[in-house]
Amino acid sequence: MTIADRALPRTSDNLLLSGSTDGTRVEFRSVVKDYGTNRVLHGVDLDIAPGEFVSLLGPSGCGKTTALRVLAGLERATGGAVFLGNRDVSDVPTNKRDIGMVFQSYSLFPHLRVGENTAFGLRRRGVGRAEAARRAGDALELVGLDHLADRYPHQLSGGQQQRVALARALVTEPRVLLLDEPLSALDAKVRVQLRDEIRRIQLRLGITTVFVTHDQEEALAVSDRIAVMDAGRIDQIGTPEELYLRPATPNVAAFVGLSSMVPGEASGMSVRVWGVDLPTQTAAQGPVTVFLRPENVRFATDGQPGADAVVQESTFLGSFRRTLVRTDDGTLVRVQHPAGERVEYGDAVRLALAPEPVAVRPAD
Amino acid sequence: MNLLAPSRVTRWIIGIVVGLFFAVPIVSLVLFTFRRVDGTGYTLDHWTALFSPAESSVFQPIWVGLGNSLLLAVVTVAIVLFLLTPTMILVALRFPKLRSAFEFVALLPISIPAIVLVVGLAPIYLQIGRTLGTGAWTLAFAYGITVLPFAYRSIQASIDAVDVKTLTEAARTLGSGWITVVLRVLAPNLRQGLLAASLISVAVVLGEFTIASLLNRQVLQTALLVVQKTDGFAAAIVTILALAFAFVLLLIIGRVGRGRTGRTTP
Repeated sequence: MTIADRALPRTSDNLLLSGSTDGTRVEFRSVVKDYGTNRVLHGVDLDIAPGEFVSLLGPSGCGKTTALRVLAGLERATGGAVFLGNRDVSDVPTNKRDIGMVFQSYSLFPHLRVGENTAFGLRRRGVGRAEAARRAGDALELVGLDHLADRYPHQLSGGQQQRVALARALVTEPRVLLLDEPLSALDAKVRVQLRDEIRRIQLRLGITTVFVTHDQEEALAVSDRIAVMDAGRIDQIGTPEELYLRPATPNVAAFVGLSSMVPGEASGMSVRVWGVDLPTQTAAQGPVTVFLRPENVRFATDGQPGADAVVQESTFLGSFRRTLVRTDDGTLVRVQHPAGERVEYGDAVRLALAPEPVAVRPAD
Repeated sequence: MNLLAPSRVTRWIIGIVVGLFFAVPIVSLVLFTFRRVDGTGYTLDHWTALFSPAESSVFQPIWVGLGNSLLLAVVTVAIVLFLLTPTMILVALRFPKLRSAFEFVALLPISIPAIVLVVGLAPIYLQIGRTLGTGAWTLAFAYGITVLPFAYRSIQASIDAVDVKTLTEAARTLGSGWITVVLRVLAPNLRQGLLAASLISVAVVLGEFTIASLLNRQVLQTALLVVQKTDGFAAAIVTILALAFAFVLLLIIGRVGRGRTGRTTP
């Protein structure tokens, strides 16, 4: 797609429902952001393909929201550039960037009905009242709320409000959809529902989407790729599988999925833990901290190589149990095992390791 | 029964005493306007005289003063809506750190007596008189300052009740320019505060005497003083009407303030 195509006004009247929106490429080039003397983004590079769903994942204060706000034009980058569809938009004001955004806090206009809220962006683009109302109705149908068009925001639940916010962001068929922790104010069940719905709609529309979250489970569930951020830098970009199975840094290993940290002795691409040699993801030498996934630790019979441990607690999680044990050297390790293998507090167990590659970092 | 509240009897006593405190002067004033000049009973003459053409020259200052005061009220409200409000929005969005300093400055006029204010204003008004003329409307600049604390309070309460930042950002991402943001998104949501601020400003302007008098401008209150010297009844009648007007304004403010919660189908 060229810029010229994009500059044409959209004339087709039912793109949202026909699902023919085409994605736009989004690019961060060495984006730096300072607040006074405090640098919150240290040269972020990120290339997002048209129609891709990319999550920015990290703990609070890692710069993920700032990165999104720079992309939205709500913050001005100190250095670097942001590209939307091959055009440098660094100097383009927010209202001219042709984006849709859903915020963490409820952002519906309290004085407008749901239908008017949804039509707002269309009206600003000069679409006539009747036409805007009809297209707003279509967008509300997409999120399953077309029957609430005449309500006011304060009459809706939190989940409904965020759905309307999503419809409002999508109705103008923006080039990119930005989601700034839109689910974090919702309760667990609604969160999962809406999360899956966002992904379903995104796939249907093919709209490039950037999703900011601190919830790794959320990111793993919906993303094409995840950028794990820490302290203003992107640690690793990859598919959910890559991040989980081959974390590039201990940070990623610690943040994506559960990990237990145990001491080991590394030598090249292998590490010795509890008398067992495991392949490592990165080369290392000498004493290291090894990140073990709960599903790669299992209970063994005596005599097998492994470690002796005592059960601290065991949690039933439906199809499996997760048990916390303390090894003889005092390390806490999580074990995920079939629900049928019952263990109780104080039980002596022996741990064995699956020969899966592990992440390591030099011991402190 | 609520043990923290005073008993029923005590409440009634407090209510009656406070009520009398306010009612006695007002009732006396009303009765006074119906008194015959010689004190022999009551008449409507004073009320009819105020509006009769024959006496118009005597009451002329009142109507001129009222006209000036109403004009001043309009200009002052314009200052509140088009200068103070955008400034407050700007502070809320862009310079939140300035808020406490701004608040201090905005509330300052309440602690400065008008007579002190005039001392500073006099030389300024000498300049204003040379450049903009000595029209009564120029007083609005001074009134813009005297209404500042009242207007600031009511508008800030509205700003605090709304997530101004998120609403603004949402409107921006949806393609709104700044003017649209203020007029179509913020103003409707600050409506109560803006209305209350405007009405209070009107009430303050209509009741202001000191600054107008010392700067030699003719407004309602100064006119009343002039007329009172020749006809005490007329001044009393206009005072009652002004009181009633202010009372209605306060009622409207109260109504507006309660508007939001009951708003399901406006």
